[in-house]
Amino acid sequence: MLGRLTWDAIPFDQPIVMVTVSIIGIVLAGLLALVTVKGWWSYLWREWITSVDHKRIGVMYMLVGLVMLVRGFSDAIMMRSQQALAAGGALGYLPPEHFDQIFSAHGTIMIFFVAMPFVIGLMNFAIPLQLGVRDVAFPVLNSVSFWLSAAGVLLVNLSLFVGEFARTGWLAYPPLSELAYSPGVGVDYYLWSLQIAGLGTLLSGINLLTTILKLRAPGMGYSRMPIFCWTALASNLLIVAAFPVLTATFGMLLLDRYCDFHFFTNELGGNPMMYVNLIWIWGHPEVYILILPAFGVFSEVVATFAGKPLFGYRSMVMATMAICVLSFFVWLHHFFTMGAGANVNAFFGIATMVISVPTGVKVFNWLFTLYGGRIRFTVPIYWTLGFIITFVIGGMTGVLMAIPPADFVLHNSLFLVAHFHNVAIGGVIFGVMAGYTYWFPKAFGFTLNERIGKAIFWCWFIGFYLAFMPLYALGLMGATRRMQHYPDVHWQPLMLVALAGAVCILIGIGLTAVQLVVSIRARAKNRVTGDPWDGRTLEWSTASPPPAWNFTHLPEVERADAYWSAKKEGTASPLSRLTGPATVHVPRNTPVGVFTAFFAVILGFALIWRIDWLAVIGLIGAIGVALRHAWQTDREVAIPADEVAAFERARAKGTA
Amino acid sequence: MSATGESLEIGSALPLSQQGPAPTRVVAGFGFWLFLLSDIILFAALFAAYAVLSDASAGGPIGAELFDKRHVFLETLCLLTSSVTCGFGSLAVLRTDKRAMYLWMFATFVLGAIFLAMEASEFADMVSAGAGPSRSAFLSAFFALVGTHGLHVSVGLVWLLIMLLQVATLGFRPMVARRFFCFGLFWHALDIVWIGVFTIVYLGAH
Repeated sequence: MLGRLTWDAIPFDQPIVMVTVSIIGIVLAGLLALVTVKGWWSYLWREWITSVDHKRIGVMYMLVGLVMLVRGFSDAIMMRSQQALAAGGALGYLPPEHFDQIFSAHGTIMIFFVAMPFVIGLMNFAIPLQLGVRDVAFPVLNSVSFWLSAAGVLLVNLSLFVGEFARTGWLAYPPLSELAYSPGVGVDYYLWSLQIAGLGTLLSGINLLTTILKLRAPGMGYSRMPIFCWTALASNLLIVAAFPVLTATFGMLLLDRYCDFHFFTNELGGNPMMYVNLIWIWGHPEVYILILPAFGVFSEVVATFAGKPLFGYRSMVMATMAICVLSFFVWLHHFFTMGAGANVNAFFGIATMVISVPTGVKVFNWLFTLYGGRIRFTVPIYWTLGFIITFVIGGMTGVLMAIPPADFVLHNSLFLVAHFHNVAIGGVIFGVMAGYTYWFPKAFGFTLNERIGKAIFWCWFIGFYLAFMPLYALGLMGATRRMQHYPDVHWQPLMLVALAGAVCILIGIGLTAVQLVVSIRARAKNRVTGDPWDGRTLEWSTASPPPAWNFTHLPEVERADAYWSAKKEGTASPLSRLTGPATVHVPRNTPVGVFTAFFAVILGFALIWRIDWLAVIGLIGAIGVALRHAWQTDREVAIPADEVAAFERARAKGTA
Repeated sequence: MSATGESLEIGSALPLSQQGPAPTRVVAGFGFWLFLLSDIILFAALFAAYAVLSDASAGGPIGAELFDKRHVFLETLCLLTSSVTCGFGSLAVLRTDKRAMYLWMFATFVLGAIFLAMEASEFADMVSAGAGPSRSAFLSAFFALVGTHGLHVSVGLVWLLIMLLQVATLGFRPMVARRFFCFGLFWHALDIVWIGVFTIVYLGAH
C-alpha cells in the first residue's frame, strides 16, 4: 500500500535530525499560524502564489534562494565544525553515514536550490524591465517553472525527515549511486527532486530566451541591449543546450535503478565513466549559467556607480558569447584522472586555459570602466570590488588545475574545494548580493540599509578568505575532500581557521535577515523615486515598484544606455508622453503553476517510495491541470485607461 | 500576452531587430522551436550513450541478429507518411477547413498508431526472446533510445486527440491555431529523430 514507506523512515534515533526537524516544524507552524491569524491567505493567494507577473515571480525565486541558503549553509557549518573536531583520535559528532549525506546535500542544495533560484530570480525580475516590455514571453509558463523549482525544493527538504538523502556526493557518480550500492531512497530523492526542478529550469530558460530574442522595446537592436541582458542571453542559451543532457543522464540512472537497465553498472557492459562524461557535459556549462549573469550584474553596477558608459561594450558582448561557446569544450577537465590519454587531456587543458582569455577581457573592461570614473561607494560597488579581487585569485587557481599533471596531484583534494568555492562565492554569491542590493529599491520602492549592507559584505569577504585560503594550503598538504575524519593532527589548526571563516559568513547571513527587517521598518524614510541610483538602463525609467504593466508607454530606444541618454537629452520625463494612456492588458493570474507543482510533488514522492497508485494520481492530476488550462480562454485582464492615467498622475506628483 | 500586442510593420525601414516586440504567433512558434531544440539535445545524449554502448552486448545478442530491417522499413514508411498527412492537415488548419483537417489528421493518427503498434510488437518479440533491456548495456541503450522516441510518438498522439477536441469545442481561434502549428512542428521533429534512429541503430547494426 505505501511501498517502501514505513515508520522506520523517520529517523527517531538521530537527535541532530530530530531537533532540526522540530525547529523547522515550529517555525513553519508559527508562520502558518501568523498568516492565518492575520488573514493574509487571500492576499498571498491572489497577489503572489497565483501571480504570473515576472517581477513577483522573480522576488519569489529570490526568497526561495535565501531560505535555501540558510539550509545549505547549515550543512556547511556542520561540515566545518566536524572537520575542526575530528582530528587524530577524536571522532567529532557526525557519524560517517550522516556526514556523507551532509556534503551531498550541501553541494546539491547550493547549486540547484540556492545559486539557480538566485540567478533565475534576478533575470526574471530585471530582463523584461531592461528590455522595456510588459512581461516575459510566456507568463503562465513562468509561474509553472517557478513552482516546479519549488516542488524540487520541497522534495529535497522532505528527505531530511522522511527517509534519507544521497550519500554519493552532489553529482551522484555511479556505480556508488546504483541500486547495488545505494539501495535506499537517498539517491531517489536526489534524482526526482532534480528532475522536477530541472524541468522548471529548462522551461524558464526557453521562456527568457524567447523574451530576449523576440520581445524588446521598439528600437532596441542587439547592439543597444543592456549588458545584463546579453549575459542572460548567453546563460539561457546554455540552459536550453545543457539541461536536456542532465535530464537524459538522470533518466538513464533512473532506468538503471528502477528498471534494471545497465547504463552505468559494473556488470553486463555498463560504463560508469560515461555517466561522468555526460554529467559534466551539463555540469561545466552550468558553471557559466551561474557566473555569466553575475558578470552582467557587475557590468551594470560598475557603469552605474562610476557614472560612465561600460568600457568596451562590444568586447564585453564578444567575451560573453565566446565563454558561452567555449564552455562546451572543457568538460573533461573535471576528470583528467579518468585516463583518456595525454592528447585528450592536453586538448581539454588548453581549451580550459583559453576560457581565461575572454574572462580576462571582462576584468580589464570593469577596471577601465572604474578608471577615471566618479565612483560612488555604495554596497553594490563593494561587492563588485570584492569580486574582482577574489575572482581573479579563483581564476588563477583554476588555470593552475587546468594543467593535467598538476591536476593529477590536486584532483579530489581540498585545493579543488577551495578553488570552486573561490569562484562560486567570490563570483556568483557576490554577484547575486550586488544584484539584490542594486534592484531591491526597484522591486519594493525603498532602499536596503546601507550600513548593514556594508557589514554583510565585510563578513562574507573576510569570512571567505578565512574559510577557504586554509583549504588551499591543506589541499597542497594532501588533505582530500569529503573527509569525516583525518589522522594527521597537524591539519587541525588550519581547519579551525576555516571554521572561524564559516562563523564569520554565518554572521553575514544573519545580518542579511537583520537588514531586511530594519529596512522594512524604516521604509517610509527610505522611499525612493523610480531612479534611485541615477541609472542608465530602462528599468530605472519606470516607477519603483513598477506597475503591473511595467511601462505605460513602451519606451522608444535610440541608443545604448537608453535611459541615460534620454535623461541627458531631457526626453525622459514621463509627463512628456502623457497623451492619454490607452487601456493596458496584462495576463490574468492563474493557479495552474502551483497546482502543477502540487501534483509534481505527489508524483515525485510516490516514485521515491515506490507507491504506484499515488504516482498515478500525481501524473493524472498534473495532466488534468494542464488540460483544464488548455480550455481556459479568458486569459487577460484589462486595466482601464483612467486607472493607468491615475497611476501616472500620482507618479508625476511623486507619490508612487 | 500583453507585451506582444504590437504587430510588425511590413516594409518598415528599421532593421527587424529594432521593430519592437514580435506578434504572439511568432513568439509562440519561436518558443516552441527552442523547446524542440532542447528535446533534440535530449535525444543527442541518448544517441551518444547508444554509440558508446552499442558494442557492449556482454555476450548477449547483437543488433544484426535482432533487427528485422523489413519490419523497420515498414515502420519508417508509416511514420514518414504520417508527416505528409500532418502537413496537409496543417494546411487545412490554415484554411480553417474543418472537414479536410479531420480527414488528414485522422490519417495521421492512424499511421502514428500503426507505427507504435509495430514498435511494440518488435519490443515484445525481443523481450520474449530474452533480449530485454536488462540483458546488456547495448540493449539498455537501445530500449532507452527507441523507447524514448516511441514515448514521444505516444505523447504526440494524445496531443493530436486533444487538438481535435479543441477544434471541436473552441473552433479555429488563434490560440488553437497556434497550438496546432506547434503540434505540426513536434510531429515533424519526431520524424527527423526517427531518421537518425533508423540510420544509426537499424542500418548501422553490424
